Amino acid sequence: MKMTGARMVIESLREERVKVVFGYPGGAIMNVYDEIYKQNHFEHILNRHEQASIHAAEGYARSTGKVGVAIVTSGPGFTNAVTGLATAYMDSIPLVVISGQVPTTIIGTDGFQEIDAVGISRPCTKHNYLVNKIEDLPRIIKEAFHIASTGRPGPVHIDIPKDITAQVADFVYPKEVNLPTYKPTVKYNKKQLKRAMSAISKAKKPLLYVGGGAILSNCGHEIRAFAKKTNIPVVETLMARGIMGHENPLLIGMLGMHGEFAANMAAHETDLLISLGARFDDRVTGRLDEFASKAKVIHVDIDPASIEKLVKADYPIVGDLKVTVEGMLESVEEYEFNDYSNWVALLNEYREKEPLRYIDSNTVIKPQWPIERVGKLLGDKAIISTDVGQHQMWTAQFYPFSFPRQFITSGGLGTMGFGLPAALGVAKANPDKVSINFTGDGSILMNIQELMTCVEAKLPVINIILNNNYLGMVRQWQTMFYENRLSQTDLSMQPDFKMLVEAFGGIGYRVSTKEEFDFALKDAVEKKKPAMIEVIVARNEEVLPMVPNGHALNEMTLIGDINE
Amino acid sequence: MNNFNHYYDTETIRQVISVVVLNEHNALSRIVGLFSARGYNIDSLTVAPISGTEYSRMTIVTTGDKRIIDQIVKQLNKLIPVLKVNEHRNVIEKETVLIKIPIDQHLSDIEVIARAYNGHIQNVTEDAIVISATDEPHRIANFTNIINSRYNPLEVVKSGVVAMER
Repeated sequence: MKMTGARMVIESLREERVKVVFGYPGGAIMNVYDEIYKQNHFEHILNRHEQASIHAAEGYARSTGKVGVAIVTSGPGFTNAVTGLATAYMDSIPLVVISGQVPTTIIGTDGFQEIDAVGISRPCTKHNYLVNKIEDLPRIIKEAFHIASTGRPGPVHIDIPKDITAQVADFVYPKEVNLPTYKPTVKYNKKQLKRAMSAISKAKKPLLYVGGGAILSNCGHEIRAFAKKTNIPVVETLMARGIMGHENPLLIGMLGMHGEFAANMAAHETDLLISLGARFDDRVTGRLDEFASKAKVIHVDIDPASIEKLVKADYPIVGDLKVTVEGMLESVEEYEFNDYSNWVALLNEYREKEPLRYIDSNTVIKPQWPIERVGKLLGDKAIISTDVGQHQMWTAQFYPFSFPRQFITSGGLGTMGFGLPAALGVAKANPDKVSINFTGDGSILMNIQELMTCVEAKLPVINIILNNNYLGMVRQWQTMFYENRLSQTDLSMQPDFKMLVEAFGGIGYRVSTKEEFDFALKDAVEKKKPAMIEVIVARNEEVLPMVPNGHALNEMTLIGDINE
Repeated sequence: MNNFNHYYDTETIRQVISVVVLNEHNALSRIVGLFSARGYNIDSLTVAPISGTEYSRMTIVTTGDKRIIDQIVKQLNKLIPVLKVNEHRNVIEKETVLIKIPIDQHLSDIEVIARAYNGHIQNVTEDAIVISATDEPHRIANFTNIINSRYNPLEVVKSGVVAMER
């Protein structure tokens, strides 16, 4: 069937069963937007900034596991989208991002709204395409969805010149992808798995170190089952929160720079670190030459380049994590494991000795409190997004996550401004859940315009601003490592957040007591409208415990070192 | 027991890598971009299409410790258009140099030196002699040094290394 390139985009998205597209129109992408107007296969959400379109698609993808889709225009539209692409790339989130480009006849002439988009997106995408011929368009879109969602997932960018979207050609959507150069290893090597299993059975203090890959490959169930069968304790990275569920007795907690004392001590003392979809990020390992220094390492990852990038792997396994952990589960009966109950008991002693805690106050709300409170009141009824900073770490520490994909956060890139647009993507994909965005007074202003999107698209995102009138995390570092020189982190000058959200058509609350907070949260949940609850919190609270930069995980600054 | 990057030999090694890559828009910039983004060295790089196929072969000479070389190979393999990456162990390496020398020299002397390095005089004009040589990279380096020290060349152009497993 003959059709324009623009129509091909729509038909290809229909073939991929795309239900929601986030985006923002502009000159070079107008032909595609004209076709969006005419179609009813998918819904288009109009963000108010292209960066937010990508984050919204991420929120959608992160909370569902489906490929998120966004469409932007050329030049500034695309450059705005780059932060989103980089965010998705660092956290391996499957996205297809389509951008308009100036006509092929103008490319290279510094035309109006022209930029070398594929040149810019190359280092922050899994793959990218500039469409040179209309005949290639359906194949490229098919490949893009395949590449984005297989192997180690990631964002794929397609740049389409305007004249290509206007040309007409036969549309045949390929049934299969034929990429001889791209064949990710899904199935593990059996010998390597056997060696790893045998090492586990001989270990005295094995530890499952679970990363974001566990969320991406949907293997929470398998990991919980494996831990239960073998009685091996588990530590989660920031990106793996929710894998075990907060009530699981084998969960020792989150490890890393702001991880729990017990989790970091577990990594320090283990004799066999079983890394499942984790990549030894510097925020997790602390000083690398001291990380798990008593341990042999089993390293499971779908990306061969992640293995031995930072840490020597004694037992490397390349493969999809779900398939691999299934393989581990199947072979459990063939091995006799040591009794790890003393090891688990030791770690629980550490937990009791130095639990994750904060010192509450009767006069002012401590920032950890609203997070715990939402956890108590909404628990697994909510999906939690965050921005980046102190509130993000407190959320990771204090929210009782009970299922995978419940915690949506920018881990690798640490993108401020991520939370609100991501939460609206979450709300779009999960109408049966409450979409909560914990944010800071610094972060929220970076994509505040998305309140308009929430109101227009009727997405009842509840933003909870933990307002300490500081750029809190940087302030914390200035306090601890820069002799309290608070260079440019005092945010005393602020808008009236309540009026601001009301100006956009949402509901605003400004609370400074626990009672007010409870009322605001209940009211916002019942009203099902976009809302912003500004919580005035203690100004100088620190995120603790903390591994200072350049220190080993067992050299933590604990809450008692500072507050008591 | 020590798990960490200095587990590897930190000795810097020179490595010849060949990459078979789809002839497509952007392929060269993907490869070069990977090196620059991750802070790896490229000592030389040559590219040419593999005749009768839709692929090109790149020969890259790089230096780094074992961990870096391993990462280069793995990261190259990760690129979608890359079909194959070879870390050459036992290779024949060749490099070509073209050197232009002012005419006021003894042609026979130059011819003798060039021949000693598998080269010869390519062209003679009213003002310049062009000589070429194709040989192993270290011999080409010697050849270039000798010519540099004796003849004040006007221009020196090297090809970069091509390599093939023995």
